[in-house]
Parts: sequence; C-alpha cells; structure tokens
Amino acid sequence: MKNAIEVKDLDFYYGKFKALSKVNIDVRRNEITALIGPSGCGKSTFLRCLNRMNDLIPGIKAEGSIKVEGVEINNGTTDLVDLRKKVGMVFQRPNPFPLSIFENVAFGPKIHRMAKGDELKDIVKSSLQKVLLWDEFKDKLNKNALSLTLEQQQRLCIARLVAVRPDILLMDEPCSALDPVAIQKIEDLMRFLKKDYTIIIVTHNMQQAARVSDRTGFFLLGELIEFSETDKIFTAPSDKRTEEYITGRYG
Amino acid sequence: MGNAKLTQKIVFFLLGVATVMVIIPVILIFALILVNGLQAISLEFIFSTPKAGMTQGGIFPAIVGTLYLVLGTAAFSLPLGILAAIYLTEYASDNWLTRLIDIAIINLAGVPSIVFGLFGVALFVILLNFGTSILSGSLTLSIMTLPVIITASKEALNSVPKSFREVSYSLGASRWQTVRNVVLPNAIPGIMTGTILGLSRAAGETAPILFTVAAFYLPRLPRTVYDQAMALPYHIYVLSTQVPNVPVKIQYGTVLVLIVIVFFMNISAAYIRAKFRKKKQW
Repeated sequence: MKNAIEVKDLDFYYGKFKALSKVNIDVRRNEITALIGPSGCGKSTFLRCLNRMNDLIPGIKAEGSIKVEGVEINNGTTDLVDLRKKVGMVFQRPNPFPLSIFENVAFGPKIHRMAKGDELKDIVKSSLQKVLLWDEFKDKLNKNALSLTLEQQQRLCIARLVAVRPDILLMDEPCSALDPVAIQKIEDLMRFLKKDYTIIIVTHNMQQAARVSDRTGFFLLGELIEFSETDKIFTAPSDKRTEEYITGRYG
Repeated sequence: MGNAKLTQKIVFFLLGVATVMVIIPVILIFALILVNGLQAISLEFIFSTPKAGMTQGGIFPAIVGTLYLVLGTAAFSLPLGILAAIYLTEYASDNWLTRLIDIAIINLAGVPSIVFGLFGVALFVILLNFGTSILSGSLTLSIMTLPVIITASKEALNSVPKSFREVSYSLGASRWQTVRNVVLPNAIPGIMTGTILGLSRAAGETAPILFTVAAFYLPRLPRTVYDQAMALPYHIYVLSTQVPNVPVKIQYGTVLVLIVIVFFMNISAAYIRAKFRKKKQW
C-alpha cells in the first residue's frame, strides 16, 4: 500500500455551514502534498480532519471515510491519542511551551511514557538532530525555548512533534510567520524530512507549494477542485478555476 | 482654543483632587495606627497572653488563632477552589447548569459576611456537631473565600493561551494531561495571587468567626481543630467594646499587628504577580 491517507466522500459541517463537500484524496507515503486555495476554502479544515483536531470545536460533524494507514479514523471508536501520535501537527505560529528546549522536546515522550533518563535524552538528541538544531544547542538545552528566533522555534516545534515518532506530519501554514530566509530553511528541512515522513502542508503561498511539494490539491469553496502532480497543476491545470487561481485572478 | 486649555486644566485639577481624596483616608488610618500602636509593640506584647483583664500582657493566642484559621481556610478552600475552577474552565460544557453555577459563584461573593457566619453556625456548629471550633471557623471562612479563589483561578486558567492547549492535544495528550502539564503550571502564579488575596480577607473578617470559633479569652493555646481559638479581629472587637479600661496603646497595637499581617499577605500577592508578569513572554 503506497497511500498513507485515503479520504473518500468527506463532508464537513460547522453547525449548519458546510465547509467541505465530497472531498476525495489519496496521499502517498513519503511525499509532500501541498493544499492551496484562497482563505476560507476549507484547506485547514480538511487538514484538521486528519488528526481530528476539529473535535475540539463544538457543533462540528464529519461524514465520509478517512483512512490513515488503512485504518478508518472518522468514527466514534478511534483512539484519538493513538491517532495524534501517528499524525502530528505543526501550527501557523511557532508555539513552543514556555519551557526549556529539552522540556519542549521531552513533552511528548513524557506524557506517553515512552522513555526516561538516558533513553529520553537520546530521543531529545535524535529529534533535535532531525531538525538540525542539535549542533547549535547541544550545550544549551536548558535555554528557554521562547528566547529562540521564530525559525528556530518552528524547528523546535517540529522536533517536539518528531519525538513522539509520528508517521505523518500535518503543517498548517508553517511559514506564514517567518521571513524569506527562514522560509527557505524550513522548506529545506521539509525536503530532508520527506524520506522519513509523509508531509501534508497547507499554504497560502503558491510558490512554496510549487517549490516544495510533489503533489498539489486546489481547494475552492469547500471542494477539492483538482489534485495531481505539482508540475502539472502549475503548468497545465485541467480545471479553469485552478488556472485562474494560480495565475492570480483571485485569492 | 483657550477654552479647551482651560477645560483641560479644570479636568486635571478635579482628577487630581479625586485621587488625593482616595489616598488621604488610607494614609490617615495607617498613620494613626502606627503612631498609637507602635509604642505597644514589643516581643512581650507579641509572645505573651493577655493579663489582668486584658489591660496588660500581649496578644499571642489571638495571633496564633488567626494563623490557624488562615491555614485551616487554605486547607479547605485552596484544593476545592482550584479543582472547581479547573472543572469549570476545562471540562464543563457551556450549558444552563454551568451558567447557573457561574452566577451562583458571583452571588456568593456578594453575600454579607454575617450571613456566612450564621450559616456556619447552623451547618457546621449545630447540624454537623463540630461545635464552636477551629474546624467550624475554617470551614465557614472557606465558603466565604471560595468565590474569590474560584474566580481568580478561572481567570488565571483562561489566560493561558489556547495555542498551548491545542499543541498539547495535537501531541496526543489527554485532557487531564493537558491541564496537569500545560495549563496548570502556567496558571499557578495567578491562582496564588488570587488565593492569597482571598485568605488575607479571611484573616481580617470578624462576622464569620464570631459564633463559629472565636473565644473571648483562652488561658492556653488550642490543641486540636475541635478547640475554640482567639482571633485578632474578634480580639480587637473585645478590647474596644467589651472590656473596660483597656489602654489605648494595646488596642492600637493589636490593630497594627492585624494590619501588618494582612498587608504582608497582599504585598506578597502583588510581588508574585509582578514577578510573573516580568517572566511571561507570551
């Protein structure tokens, strides 16, 4: 099975408002999938269906099938702890806890009782290595995470996520608070992480989708208009609305 | 133009007058108590029992009694208040019952203290048969303090950014793990500030302890929670109205000790808040 996620006929409601309508998408393993579209098109809502973060909002309803690694997760019996360990999330604004670098990365392993002592230190080390922060901070692990630059904070957030050993990383506009140099570095990191993880990124920035992703999906008004190889979307889109969006007609 | 400037001057003047009027009574009260009470303060005054019909000696039992009551009140109201606040902010869904509880808590804060006192007599002293005791007094003061602690704790919990909770959930933490590891540590300073302010009010109250714990005079210190105790606010009342020929300096000295205790608690609450605000970076 080469698909990490398979979504069939997903409808999503905030109360009476239908935010997603008949979304079908297969996300391949160890690829970067970008979701683009104008504000309010449902791309973030879709992303948050995949780790059931929408459950925190009262009055929502999701209908349809979402399979993660072949297992249906859009039902009442899904263990959300297991799901969220497997499908992690990076948020728009870097949001480290007001704790030390070490404590931030150790947070997940600690609450899941994955390790302690030297084993925990190893997890923290390998996680920070994965996001290329280790060399710079190996002697400053007690530094407060909030004293880092925004880019380093976002890396740290990814390390914090990687520490619970997920398979899939959901990134909800992870670069929107960063400057161009930092964005480039985070994109390099995403390419580097691709070999170990399946990555889905929601982005406002079409160039970013074009630069970093293997496949791109275009959302408009709650519908997935088009989903195919990134090259094709940006050079020969098959739907007129996609073409209008990527050429800057709206959005 | 000239008119606007004149108006501005008048308004500034009035605002200044209003501010001074607020400060003057505070300064006067403190000055009066300090001048008259300071001469009574000595080690003997603080560490000895009243003698010769309270016209001599010290106020040690009353100080100890007040400390016991503050500790007893903290023991009941702190856990109960924090747990209730956690439930209301983190667990309870927004329905009519939750709103009713919120309204009840707000109203509880507005109930006159004598009503708490009489309620304490009815429930703790008589019905539960705890008698006139430190236990009854602490419980009564706890009920009075609870709304303050709950309200302050709720505010402290609510001020923890939503994004912290979101990250925690997204990492697979349960609701309780999120509360325990993320929300509570960041809310503790706010909770402590509110709690200390609530307790400092409890330390100075007379009406709730009048019939539930306060003793006119005890020759020895209380030994168990079922004993009566002397307490500073009630002792002040006794010294100034119930016993003839108490020297003025003893009355003022007792007031000074109570005010210093309450003042110290309020200052430490303010200190915690200020220190936390400096550290807070989000």
